[in-house]
Amino acid sequence: MAFFEMAKTAIRTVVSRPATLMYPARPGKKTGLSRGHVVIDPSRCISCGMCMKKCPSEAICVEKDERIWRIDRLRCVVCNSCIEVCPVKCLRMDLQYSPALLSHSGLETFLITYVKPERPKKSETGENADA
Amino acid sequence: MSRKIVIPFGPQHPVLPEPIHLDLVLEDETVVDVIPSIGYIHRGLETLVAKREFTEYVYIAERTCGICSFIHGLTYCQGVEQIMDLEVPPRAHYLRTIWSEYSRLHSHLLWLGLFADAMGFENLFMNSWRLREFVLDILEETTGGRVIQGSCKIGGVRKDISNEKLASMAADLKGFEAELSDLSDVFLHDDSVKSRLVDVGKLTRTDAYDLGAMGPVARGSGVGIDLRKTGYAAYRDLRFEPVTETAGDSYARCAVRVRELFGSIDLIRQAIEKIPEGDIEVKVKGNPDGEYFSRSEQPRGELVHYLKANGSKHLVRSRIRTPTLTNIPPLVKMLQGCELADVPVIVLSIDPCIGCTER
Repeated sequence: MAFFEMAKTAIRTVVSRPATLMYPARPGKKTGLSRGHVVIDPSRCISCGMCMKKCPSEAICVEKDERIWRIDRLRCVVCNSCIEVCPVKCLRMDLQYSPALLSHSGLETFLITYVKPERPKKSETGENADA
Repeated sequence: MSRKIVIPFGPQHPVLPEPIHLDLVLEDETVVDVIPSIGYIHRGLETLVAKREFTEYVYIAERTCGICSFIHGLTYCQGVEQIMDLEVPPRAHYLRTIWSEYSRLHSHLLWLGLFADAMGFENLFMNSWRLREFVLDILEETTGGRVIQGSCKIGGVRKDISNEKLASMAADLKGFEAELSDLSDVFLHDDSVKSRLVDVGKLTRTDAYDLGAMGPVARGSGVGIDLRKTGYAAYRDLRFEPVTETAGDSYARCAVRVRELFGSIDLIRQAIEKIPEGDIEVKVKGNPDGEYFSRSEQPRGELVHYLKANGSKHLVRSRIRTPTLTNIPPLVKMLQGCELADVPVIVLSIDPCIGCTER
């Protein structure tokens, strides 16, 4: 009888464990490549602004003079583009996506604390001072 | 003769995942004419092409559709690569093919679930989506995104899949195929499914051809059009035949998609077997100048990206034609003469994706 084609699958489903995870008691599946949200290490950012230029959704704003790195979490589409272009690799992708918000307040501002290391001064003859 | 009445169907309707509005002209319970209208979710994505760099527009092209996103990105990248005469490494071609076929699996399983839901077969719906989860997990493990993969870029792909991972993917397909064949038996042989689908929404071969049907709608009516046969990406090296059915009813369109699932599994196996070693991308230098019609086979049919560039870093024009747009005239033909109760099943049988139709 072709009426009971589903019976095998249905009975198996009844006796087997649920196909879903018991979230939130068990955390959701994550893989090493999962894209959650962008995280910055402000102590390494050189304010080059490449992430701002390459952001397809214009979510990132870098103000070099004020030393501010700002991201709008509600605009960010988590495409990984900024992380790929960052020359000093101060950006990385966190696996956990950002939580839902109660109001339109996705702006997050970070103060860049990077200090440019001093280069050894050159002497008048053109050689390094410590040479 | 009875009086004609008009019943609105959509844009919000329990069976419709996306907004399309149909004015059904009825005589008693029979549909005599249909007036479709779209335009509820136009987002102006094509205009953005002039405001974003051509390398960044891949992300936007991908977000045209939430189901066949990878194939949109692939088609856009192919177009730009053709304009710029870029030679994509063979490994990237194979990876693109593998991800395209996984996208097809996930799209068809999603559709089969929705179709079962439209028929009122909840258990089948849940089981289709349970299987789809297996495909989404693989996509996330290999690209980082379940639905928006973001792994295609101009000149190649962003991420490589290690050979060990490819081998384990091929091994996992065995169990998946066994579960899928249980599921496909229900779609193809169960009497309660057949009673809702057989002889419902007939489209003859001539009508399918004349009205410009594409993808499984055309193949369900016996028109063997499959863009993968043109040999883009790595399809030129793989053996497959387009799946066709001749009946032209909803059951035939469902059967085409069910059989295509097995075809996709076979293509993934072949691609994993033949994938060469080597680079996955080439460096992009300069800006594109010229125009190109890039075509590919989406799960729903032929997808066309027309791209025009003028040598600057912004393209001048992008025009996307999606398969659902071409499948609406055949849908109108199918609906004429059907019963009102069959309308949801027939509308879903073309697999409407209004999100990408309106862009």
